Amino acid sequence: MNNPFYKGHCEASAPSPASCGETREFRLNPAWSRVYLLLLFFVLCFPPSIYAADVSIHGFFQGNYSLGSRANPDGGDFKWAEERVQIRLDASKEPFRLFLKTDAFYDHIDEKAQIELREGYIDHVEKKWDLRAGRQIITWGLGDLIFINDVFPKDYEAFFSGRPLEYMKKGVDAVKLGAYPEFAAFEFIVIPIFEPNNYTNEKRFYMFDPMPGVTNRGEKDPPSNLENTEFALRAYRDIAGFDAAIYLYRGFYRKPYMIPDDINSTTKITYHYPKLSVYGASLQGRALDGVLSLEAGYYDSRQDSSGTDYTVPNSQTKFLIGYQRQLWEDFTIGLQFYNEYMHDYSGYKKNQPSGLPKDKKLYQLATVRLTQMLMHQTLKLSLFSFYSTSDGDYMLNPEIKYNFSDHIWAAIGANVFGGGEKWSQFGQLDKNDNIYLQARYEF
Amino acid sequence: MYRYLIVLLVMLLPFEVFAINAEDVMKKSQAAFLYQGKDFKARVIMKLISKGGQERTRELTMLRKNFGEAGGAQKFFMYFFQPADVKDMTFMVYKYPAKDDDRWLFIPAINMVRRIAAQDKTSSFVGSDFTYEDVSGRDIQDDTHAILKEEKLGARDCYVVKSTPKKGDVDYAHKLSWVDKGNFLPLKEEYYDKKGELSRVFTADEIKIIKGFPTITKRMMKNLLSGHRTEVTYSKADYNIGIEDSLFSERYLKQPPKKWIE
Repeated sequence: MNNPFYKGHCEASAPSPASCGETREFRLNPAWSRVYLLLLFFVLCFPPSIYAADVSIHGFFQGNYSLGSRANPDGGDFKWAEERVQIRLDASKEPFRLFLKTDAFYDHIDEKAQIELREGYIDHVEKKWDLRAGRQIITWGLGDLIFINDVFPKDYEAFFSGRPLEYMKKGVDAVKLGAYPEFAAFEFIVIPIFEPNNYTNEKRFYMFDPMPGVTNRGEKDPPSNLENTEFALRAYRDIAGFDAAIYLYRGFYRKPYMIPDDINSTTKITYHYPKLSVYGASLQGRALDGVLSLEAGYYDSRQDSSGTDYTVPNSQTKFLIGYQRQLWEDFTIGLQFYNEYMHDYSGYKKNQPSGLPKDKKLYQLATVRLTQMLMHQTLKLSLFSFYSTSDGDYMLNPEIKYNFSDHIWAAIGANVFGGGEKWSQFGQLDKNDNIYLQARYEF
Repeated sequence: MYRYLIVLLVMLLPFEVFAINAEDVMKKSQAAFLYQGKDFKARVIMKLISKGGQERTRELTMLRKNFGEAGGAQKFFMYFFQPADVKDMTFMVYKYPAKDDDRWLFIPAINMVRRIAAQDKTSSFVGSDFTYEDVSGRDIQDDTHAILKEEKLGARDCYVVKSTPKKGDVDYAHKLSWVDKGNFLPLKEEYYDKKGELSRVFTADEIKIIKGFPTITKRMMKNLLSGHRTEVTYSKADYNIGIEDSLFSERYLKQPPKKWIE
């Protein structure tokens, strides 16, 4: 079933599945439904002229299908197969703005239709500060599919299943305060309700599981209370032509780690999300005829400061260097090199139970992104590749996207995994190669 | 003694008495074309038309603010309305003389601002027949300029200036510009490729006076080799509207103020 003994490498490449059994879904819970319906009612019932708000509605219809190179663990052929409609409603009347992004979809694999509130928030904007309250997508840091200071929830299943990239980011229910004094800009975020990452579903994806015989599995989320409220702060400004930022986060790992009831004869596994603080910084600017990015972060694993508890990851230092350059017309290359250093490695090595895979002290990952636009930028050929120089595994994602008109585009691509060990990040996904189609009509 | 006096008197005469040199024509043209006013705003509609007549539309609001004299630094802020897949995207450029630009793009679907690496010289602006350089200008010092002749284009008296890039950093060998003697706007430009063939032609098709500034409100760039052309219309063009410096920031890229983009 699930694998998460696996200590987290760079989040981007962590395919370990989330919560036991049920894939966690990011859908409207009843409380939110009520708020949402109320908002929708409020907006739709009054014609714009009455309260002089500026209202716009946009969205898309989309088909998205991903076919595996071999049958799924449950016998199915498709990793993803759905039709979807998205409606984005934007209403503003200064200093307020309301934004609702709602998806409705039919999933052919589980044969169910659902509505999902992807974002829904209210903005209040003043000259020197602003406030955003509600479900929102937050993206921090500089990495291209490698996340150090982007501590917000992600959907890796979406990424590995060939869904449009925007579905890799999940919204969080949060309040964000922006402050903009002269000397720097600040974003302060409060997240009262914990939201984990979503990982691949074990019915659709083959994954490494160190204890396949244990079927009794449970999950323990951090309870929502004042003590568990997550805080994140980002401060940024220009320093000598470079975009500089520092980041602070106090909350939890969004990847589940498992606690066996008895390591020698396990009958039950409980998944938990250990406490985490992150201290990071980044710098980005023009250099060497391109754009150079540097990002670093210290992951303080607060529940295992000595690195001896095998159910909690050790503290780590993560570092990323990236470089992007246009080599000729409409052709861009992006390179990244990522390092992850595990602290208290001797404690980890000594305490990691035998029979479980051991991480290296230094994990390294390189990425290459090539993008060529053609035909007046309506045809896009791209290739993204991960290769771990320490583990020897890889992922390749070639894609062709064509805009048939100003409203219709389609993309076909593939996700190919391999190399490394049967428990390594991409190595364990070896049997999950897939080709995908995305087609969208936007309005 | 008289000789010196004459030289002195001549030097005191207004400059226009002498034939203006080519570099000055281009400097004045740059000032008239790309640097008018303290700031500028327009709703830009670009129609990309293929040889076969297929049309695609790019619609954006462009805001520009000068930081210094003509030929100096400028900042651009663009907000996209169309096509649908780039709706709400914003794009910001800090343009510097004799140095590469800084560029940022905001992608609303994932709420992310990222710097983009791109070179002005040959890159097409949003897939059109205009390059970034055509939109935001090229450093005068990058070319050598010579006035070939003076002639009428339609009813307007023009200087015809030949500009030859000093380095081979662009995909044309030289450019001829018909610069209006009165308002110094470029009324027509011809780009010749390295084989000496005429490859692209720019025409100013409508000029309006806005707040006293002659402004090209309709223009076209045609690629003669591919038959593709781009027609651009500026509406709601305005100058000196008091754009604050703070607009050109990550904050407003993510939340473009309605009053500026509408």
